[in-house]
Formats: sequence, structure tokens, C-alpha cells
Amino acid sequence: MVLIYADNINGVIKKSSLEALSYGAAVAKQLGTEAQALVIGNTSSDLSELGKYGVSKVQQLSGPESFDAQAFAKLVADKATECNATVVVFSHSLMGKALASRVSVRLKAGLVTGAVALPDTSNGFVVKKSVFSGKAFANVRINTPVKIVSLNPNAFTAVLGEGKAEVMTSPVSITTNVKVVSTEKSSSDRTLTESEVVVSAGRGMKGPENWGMIEELADVLNAGLACSRPVADAHWRPHHEHVGQTGVAIAPNLYIAVGISGAIQHLAGVNRSKVIVVINKDPEAPFFKAADYGIVGDAFEVVPKLTAALKASV
Amino acid sequence: MKILVCISKTPDTTAKIAFTDNNTKYDTNGVQWIINPYDEWYALVRAIELKEADASHSLHLISVGGADAEPILRKALALGGDEAIRVNIDSDDSYVIATQIAEVAKSGGYDLILTGKETIDHNGSSLGGMVAELLDLPYVSLATKLDLNGSVAQVTREIDGGQELNEVNLPVVISAQKGMAEARIPNMRGIMAARTKPLKVVEPIACDPLTSTVSFEMPPAKAGVKLVSPEQVEELVRLLREEAKVV
Ligand SMILES: Cc1cc2nc3c(=O)[nH]c(=O)nc-3n(C[C@H](O)[C@H](O)[C@H](O)COP(=O)(O)OP(=O)(O)OC[C@H]3O[C@@H](n4cnc5c(N)ncnc54)[C@H](O)[C@@H]3O)c2cc1C
Ligand SMILES: Nc1ncnc2c1ncn2[C@@H]1O[C@H](COP(=O)(O)O)[C@@H](O)[C@H]1O
Repeated sequence: MVLIYADNINGVIKKSSLEALSYGAAVAKQLGTEAQALVIGNTSSDLSELGKYGVSKVQQLSGPESFDAQAFAKLVADKATECNATVVVFSHSLMGKALASRVSVRLKAGLVTGAVALPDTSNGFVVKKSVFSGKAFANVRINTPVKIVSLNPNAFTAVLGEGKAEVMTSPVSITTNVKVVSTEKSSSDRTLTESEVVVSAGRGMKGPENWGMIEELADVLNAGLACSRPVADAHWRPHHEHVGQTGVAIAPNLYIAVGISGAIQHLAGVNRSKVIVVINKDPEAPFFKAADYGIVGDAFEVVPKLTAALKASV
Repeated sequence: MKILVCISKTPDTTAKIAFTDNNTKYDTNGVQWIINPYDEWYALVRAIELKEADASHSLHLISVGGADAEPILRKALALGGDEAIRVNIDSDDSYVIATQIAEVAKSGGYDLILTGKETIDHNGSSLGGMVAELLDLPYVSLATKLDLNGSVAQVTREIDGGQELNEVNLPVVISAQKGMAEARIPNMRGIMAARTKPLKVVEPIACDPLTSTVSFEMPPAKAGVKLVSPEQVEELVRLLREEAKVV
């Protein structure tokens, strides 16, 4: 049995978890077994709908209101043992990262994080993962009877099918050692790693006062916003928008880089993007070598035109 | 209070990525090694700041690796810290590394164990959680701010779409990322002092790896950029819609 842990934020199952469900269902098919989902906490959506992603059953442990890696890991590991799971799948999200590692120790089950493809099960269980900050891949063999995989967001497309899952809800209570004192929402509610389109800008924008056109472009595309490191360091933009080797690593379908030179450390965090568009006034900017499409031109002229052209073509 | 910072050695961020032995080994030829940026800039510097604020803290650094991890530990000691420990085993399996760190931590009685958010070569993001589980301690991951208040750690961590302030009783394991501190450059005095600080080598305990790396591969090369004139942005929109199908 393949057990997929599905993260939820405020009761809503995350997109990266839907990808994990489809991935887990595909692994189950490969192994000739069934896939089930595990949800911890209270949810607002109809969990039987998760059947569309290929799981036959959803086990919900209701009650816990805030995430605690230590307490949750115990719940997931116990559930995996109880239902004889041979593979446990997480999404490589903020919560998934903290959980998968703990569950791996509890079950003494080998873990591959940041998986980008289905396992090769022709000879054991070998998972391809992103390494060197997206510059390469490693094929890693899991040597233990139970396998744990965390799937990179946007690496596997969630496939919608038919079907309803059986939902079994049982209440649990946890004791947590971590007290949540306060939470603070950031201005954007689009999680960068889950955005299918990301608009990113660098030092070429000259100053924070010029970000209006970047935000407008992002708005027409329903895109997440990102920036280069010097931009975040200079506090032109918040730190959580900083992408690259020492920032957030992303893999959207479309990455539009405006006024960013394309330093190797920047590329490391974005080179798994499916399509890269570069707008830069310098034809020699290294970013063009990593781009699919490019415009050599002044961002201050090109970006508003691009926004207008996108608006006009919907 | 005793603080332990986990230090990993990684190739410099501009290092060439290539593989040898039929794509089974990372080609270390000509590679410059650095302290993993998250470990250095955030975990270590924050630990040093805590010690500067209260000199009674003792600060230990640990790295699991062969003798070639020692220059990295000396570099870290040049920034600060009282002593370093190297566990003498080279492994690419997080569980093996975590087991060694947990073993040292058990006998060391640490109140605070800090790791980086992830290594920039292995990209595991898994070591901190594993150490915490092995020691049955709470784990606060992806922290952007850390303060100590007696036996309580006040930690701000990244959550989806925002931040959360946590309070947790020590001992605890915390993984650090951007925001927690500002990068420092070691000074001459630090570099001199580091030469004589203790660097203990301990032998690993037996532990079977749970995973093994079979091979590496490079991403497929890009076909090359298609340039569109700045006068024809509509053409770019058309290409994105019809050719790339991404908008
Ligand atoms: C250890 C280490 C880690 C690092 N990690 C990261 C990381 O995670 N992420 C990251 O981004 N960087 C990182 N860096 C920094 C990186 O090396 C570069 O310095 C940085 O990415 C450059 O940012 P930039 O492209 O915005 O600025 P610049 O390199 O200054 O480039 C600005 C670009 O804008 C163009 N431009 C100027 N005016 C215009 C205009 N009007 N219209 C269009 N184009 C224009 C210029 O031609 C130029 O190409 C790291 C560096 C080190 C040493
Ligand atoms: N060999 C090692 N020795 C000591 N600490 C390590 C080692 N490998 C990883 N770490 C620590 O664990 C963190 C996360 O590593 P990883 O799980 O590999 O991404 C790093 O930022 C380091 O703080």
C-alpha cells in the first residue's frame, strides 16, 4: 500500500499535495497495489473528491489545529505501520520537509527528498532527485523495505480522473512542545514554490519604486513574484521572494526574468523552470544562455508593452 | 548553556558540476570547498551572536566527514566557537550522518542544536528532522529568527504564505535560513585563534545506510534562446501561448 500524506493549509489541501497524491497513485499502480491518503487536522473541503487523484481511501485524523513535526511524525508513522504501507509519499513542502525526515527515522525507512520523477522499480527502487541546487540529478536507491519519498512541487502533474474516495475520519489529540504565539501573513497569498508562472526582477529595475510594472505583469499572468538576491539584500523586496542557490528554489512552468544578469547562483534556483523568458538590455547577459525566449531591450519599455499585449490577447 | 552547530562542507557556489567514474561520482577536481552557506551565514553566525550576548554559553561545531572536512571546521572556528568535533566517516546517506550527530549530541548534553536549511549539494533538507527524531526532541524548521529567553527558545519560522512565532522549551533542534543573521567575514584574530582551538576527531558508530546513490545525470541541454525584437512583444505572447503553451 502507498500512503500519501496530504498537507492542508487552513483546511484546504495544497496543490503540491494533489501532485503528491497523483504521484503516489502512479507509484501504487506501478507496484500493483492501492494508494491511500492521510490528512491530519480539520478540513473544509469534501475529502472524497481526492479520489479523483487516484486514491481509494482517505484517512483523516481530525483535531490538531497547528502543525508540530514531532507529534505529526508519530501519527504518520503509526498510520503507515498500521496499514502496512510500503511507500510513504510527502510533498517536499515546508511541512513535508520537516515531517518526512522524522518519519524516516521512526520507521527506519530510507528517504529520498526532492524527487522529480516516478521511481524506477525495474531493479529495486531508485528515485531521481534534484541535487546541486537544480544543476544536476542523482538517482538514489532506497535499500529498506519501507520507502519514503518527498516530491518536489511542480515536478509531477496532478492528473484528474474519476472516482470518489472512501473517507474515514477519526479524532486524535496531540500534545505539542511547540507553542504558536502568533502568525503573520505575507502580502502575497500565492506560495512561490507552487506558482505555475513566476515573474522575477533584479537590480536592472534600479529601485523598489519601479516594481509597479513587475507587479502588473505578474497580475495578468496570475504569477508569483520573485527577485534576485541583491534586491532582497537591499530590502527592495521581502526576503521570501529571493530565489536562487541561497534563496527559494522554484520550478514553475514559466519564469520571466527582468533585469537579472543570470549569475550561476541565481540560475541554480530557477533552472528547473520549464520555460525561461529573459528581458535584459545587455545582449551579453549570461541569462540568455539559459533562456528559451529572450528580448534584448530596456525593461522599462518592454515590460509595460508585454503586459498590454498579454491583456489584449486574452 | 551548550550549543551545537552542524557544519557541512559543500563545493563553492560557482564550482563546475561534472561527474566521473561513469557518472557515479562527483568530480572534485579543482573544486574549492566552502562551509555550506546556510550553516555559516545563519546557523553559525546566530550561535556566535548568542554567545557574544552571554559568554557563559559554550559553542561546539560538528562535521561528519573525512579529514578534508577539517579546513572547513577551522574556517568555521575562525568565525567563532570554542571547539570542533569531526566524526570520521564520509557518507552521502542522511541517516548515517544524523546518527553520528545524534550520538555526539547525546553524550554532549546540548540545549540547542542548529543546522542549516539544507546543503546546497545534496539538497536533503532532512538532517535536522532526523537528528531531532533520533533524540526525541522538538524540531523547528526553516527558522528566520531565534532568541533565547532562559530555557525557552523564541523562534520565527517560515510557514506557507507567512511567518509564525513559536515558543519551545529547550532542548530543541532548529534549522536556520535567511533572516536569522548577517554573514560575517573572519578577522585575523579569529583566524589565528582558530589554529589552536581544539578539533576533536571521534570514530563513527556502526550504522547501515538506508539509501545509496546509484548515478548522477545532468539536465538536458537547452535548445538555445529564441530572440524576439522589443518592437514585437505580441510575437513573444504568441510563442508563449502557441509554441510553449505556458500562458
Ligand atoms: C555564495 C553566493 C550565493 C549567492 N546566492 C544567490 C541567490 O540565491 N540568488 C541570486 O539571485 N543571487 C545570488 N548570489 C549573487 C549573484 O552572484 C549575483 O550577484 C546576483 O544574482 C546578481 O543579481 P542581479 O542579476 O539582480 O544584478 P546584476 O548582476 O547587477 O544584473 C542586473 C542586470 O540588469 C540588466 N539591466 C540593467 N538595466 C536594465 C534595463 N533598463 N532593462 C533591462 N535590463 C537591465 C543588466 O544588463 C544586468 O544584466 C550569490 C552569490 C554568492 C557569492
Ligand atoms: N556531513 C555533515 N556534517 C555535519 N552537518 C551536516 C552534514 N550534512 C548536513 N549537515 C547539516 O544538516 C543541514 C541539512 O542538510 P541536508 O539534510 O543534507 O540538506 C546542513 O545545513 C548542515 O547544517
